[in-house]
Amino acid sequence: MTVVMGYIPIIPEILMVVGALVLLLIGSFQGEKSSETICWLSILLMAGSAILIVSHTAEKQLLFENAFIVDSYSQLIKLFILAGSAITLFMSIDYLKEERLLKFEFPVLVLFATIGMMMMVSANDLISLYLGIEMQSLSLYVVAALRSDSVKSSEAGLKYFVLGALSSGLLLYGASLIYGFTGSTTFPQIAAVLQDTGTNIGFIFGLVFVVAGLAFKVSAVPFHMWTPDVYEGAPTPVTAFFAAAPKVAAMALFVRVTLGAFPAITSDWQQIIIFISIASMALGAFAAIGQSNIKRLMAYSSIGHMGYALVGLAAGSEDGARGVIIYLAIYLVMTLGTFACILSMRRGESMVEDISELAGLSQNNLPMAFVLAMLLFSLAGIPPLAGFFAKFYVFLAAIQAGLYPLAVIGVLASVVGAYYYLNIVKVMFMDEPADKFEPMPPPLKLVLGVSGIFVILFAIGPAPLVNAAEIAAKALF
Amino acid sequence: MTTDWPILFAITFLPLVGAIFILFIPRDDKIAAQNARRVALWTTVITFFISLIIWIEFDFNTAAFQFVEEGSWLGGKISYRMGVDGISMPFVILTTFLMPICILASWSSITSRVKEYMIAFLVLETLMIGVFCALDLVLFYLFFEGGLIPMFLIIGVWGGKRRVYASFKFFLYTLLGSVLMLLAIMAMYWNAGTTDIPTLLTHKFPENMQFWLWLAFFASFAVKLPMWPVHTWLPDAHVEAPTAGSVILAAILLKMGGYGFLRFSIPMFPLASAELASFVFLLSVVAVIYTSLVALAQEDIKKLIAYSSVAHMGFVTMGIFTMTTQGLEGGIFQMLSHGIVSAALFLCVGVIYDRMHTREIDAYGGLVNRMPVYAFCFMVFTLANVGLPGTSGFIGEFLTLLGAFKVNTWVAFLAASGVILSVAYALWLYRRVIFGEIEKPSLSAIRDMNLREVAFMAPLVILTILFGIYPAVLLDIMAVSVNNLISNYEAALAAAAKAPVFALK
Repeated sequence: MTVVMGYIPIIPEILMVVGALVLLLIGSFQGEKSSETICWLSILLMAGSAILIVSHTAEKQLLFENAFIVDSYSQLIKLFILAGSAITLFMSIDYLKEERLLKFEFPVLVLFATIGMMMMVSANDLISLYLGIEMQSLSLYVVAALRSDSVKSSEAGLKYFVLGALSSGLLLYGASLIYGFTGSTTFPQIAAVLQDTGTNIGFIFGLVFVVAGLAFKVSAVPFHMWTPDVYEGAPTPVTAFFAAAPKVAAMALFVRVTLGAFPAITSDWQQIIIFISIASMALGAFAAIGQSNIKRLMAYSSIGHMGYALVGLAAGSEDGARGVIIYLAIYLVMTLGTFACILSMRRGESMVEDISELAGLSQNNLPMAFVLAMLLFSLAGIPPLAGFFAKFYVFLAAIQAGLYPLAVIGVLASVVGAYYYLNIVKVMFMDEPADKFEPMPPPLKLVLGVSGIFVILFAIGPAPLVNAAEIAAKALF
Repeated sequence: MTTDWPILFAITFLPLVGAIFILFIPRDDKIAAQNARRVALWTTVITFFISLIIWIEFDFNTAAFQFVEEGSWLGGKISYRMGVDGISMPFVILTTFLMPICILASWSSITSRVKEYMIAFLVLETLMIGVFCALDLVLFYLFFEGGLIPMFLIIGVWGGKRRVYASFKFFLYTLLGSVLMLLAIMAMYWNAGTTDIPTLLTHKFPENMQFWLWLAFFASFAVKLPMWPVHTWLPDAHVEAPTAGSVILAAILLKMGGYGFLRFSIPMFPLASAELASFVFLLSVVAVIYTSLVALAQEDIKKLIAYSSVAHMGFVTMGIFTMTTQGLEGGIFQMLSHGIVSAALFLCVGVIYDRMHTREIDAYGGLVNRMPVYAFCFMVFTLANVGLPGTSGFIGEFLTLLGAFKVNTWVAFLAASGVILSVAYALWLYRRVIFGEIEKPSLSAIRDMNLREVAFMAPLVILTILFGIYPAVLLDIMAVSVNNLISNYEAALAAAAKAPVFALK
């Protein structure tokens, strides 16, 4: 009985795994015609899992020989992930039907990727970390190549796979070095050893490899090369999925590893994080300027945003972790809203992806143009929109930690970044109207509306999110 | 003094309510546009009348913040706090006073996308009033920066030929200046443990830190004001913006920079302000002389007025950083007077632009023959802009020069030469546009101002002359607050001089 009781904290994951397997079976027996039902059931499954997470107490619990941790941090991030996955699936159904891409594998793979992400944020051991990452990544490689008759989509999948495998190798190599030099794979144990004996060159090597592997997953510079190509090549709903939940999971894992396993040597990893943060913010800001494809632009934008989130991590403090969590939540909403717009850029039979296609949108469809403009201003971090608060909290932590150069470079990069977001607003509001888009499907309208309301009204009541993030951040220390 | 209902909350967010009303006006035709105009006008007029209650109930004998409202917001020590004192109250009234005029001025000149235009203006009003009322630094920043979004759209959508360039330049320039201030606000939060402005006014920041904080705030306010050499966005923005946009830009948005110096730079960083005052004097004098000379060479009426604005703001910064009663009062007075006069000048340009669709000085001449009422109004504002005694412009320039003379006679001498230059460019402009014979055939049928135009011009003429003859109306409001500002400033300097070891830290 006690054995069974011990598994209660991972009931949400168990539900997801069982559900995913059942849906896979249904799909294989029923074939393509059941795809839409499976999509809806997957969304329900994720909603159910989220309800279980909410109803579970947030007390810290360790399972599987300390390899798996459930605390308020992992619970909160899992909610973000489930919301991100479910909403992208919700937005994709119409598109996939329209493009004849609605295969039952897609929702099932999204489910498996989501399970991987949930494992990532609960990882408390290098092995469970690796398992989670691989489970997520393998599913993502396949969905990137979902449109198997398109060269671009296949290329995206292949590119993602080769580079992803390389980074997994780096990560594994780093993990083995860390194990070799500390004699343990669980984070608290590693932290304890480091506290006692200090660091050495072999361990630092391991640390660098692990950070490089994780940086690849969050697509931080200089491990970002795959992002623009994969974003552009993959079908748009898949891109939306990539931009949302996996980024949140990988960043949350990044925070967990660095703060959980290496708190004793903060100054060592801090310099690496500062570097990749600055590089990501700068590259995200400058490289996006020249883009004409909106999906590619969103790729650079997400690189930049991961750079900002890393500013909070670089602070290495509880306030910093709180900043990262708030950043991830707001980033998730903004990204989903923006992709709802990108998914509705359809004329006749085909999708369009050029920024110039948005020309004069404000005269054809003012509500969509208005909300998209608000989302873009928010992505640029202009108050009083939500994106400002995201940046506010990470920079607040950086200033507290005395990282002035990082903060100054960060805000200057945000001014450069504002240019390309403004450029889209300009195209929508100040250019001559192009042809109208097809009417937005209701699910996209819903997502766009909700994200718009969130972004605009966040300033009125930021307290719930800030408090939840504060509690979650406390769990890390 | 406190009232039992949140009056500042009401006037700040009433325009927003109007904007939401307009948002829900159905359809998109002429009737909807007319309704949008009416809602906007009524909202701004009601807001103005409510804001007058503040003036009536204002206690002139205290420097403390009045009508204070509080609410929890971001948690910690960052909260929603509003209040006004003798320095900010006149700016609130100025804002609410000019908004109905702006709406009237756009009545027939804006014909496309009227709903969006009115919404943008009402949102902008909320944000501008918020800037002057906010008693929390983060809240202040929110309003301060938020204004960029509606202004960007106003310039970019309803502006002239190079509107896109101008709107981008405006947005990015101002944003660049402000982000550094945001970091400074964060540093202040960690040092003082709060962003509550009244608390920060009494908090003593270490001298070394004051220096950097002062520079960060200066970066923001200098761009906003704007001061030479970061003024180059202003002529572009002014020229391309629609008339009402130029009015708001010149009359209120620029004043936020000067208000920032008064509210933050001097009282919170007194040591740095004392140290860097001569640097500000230098920039101010260059601004006064250089931009006046540049104004002489302009061929576009709006551009000329824009450069003259930069020159006038030079007097403001010079006056403020003299830290004398005359200089500070003069600086504030100059801002308020310029808020009325420059607004009126841009409206004057708008009147003829609506008729001729050009702002070239050469395209006009001899207007007095066909438009006597217009010529009269334009003359009053030109003379006020020059600083003729009897107009409000004189009081501001005179007091700032008086203050500067006490501190540094060279600064006063050089700035006074700017007054002469301003006479040159302003009267020359007037001569070219108004006097002479009508030689251009296109002007032969031009009509004088109609009733609507007279309606919004008349109060401006009256106020320009009233404040010129009886400036005490405004000076009484600010006197106590200004004196309090100076005494706190001198106390801080004295304390620093007494404890040099502590000050070095």
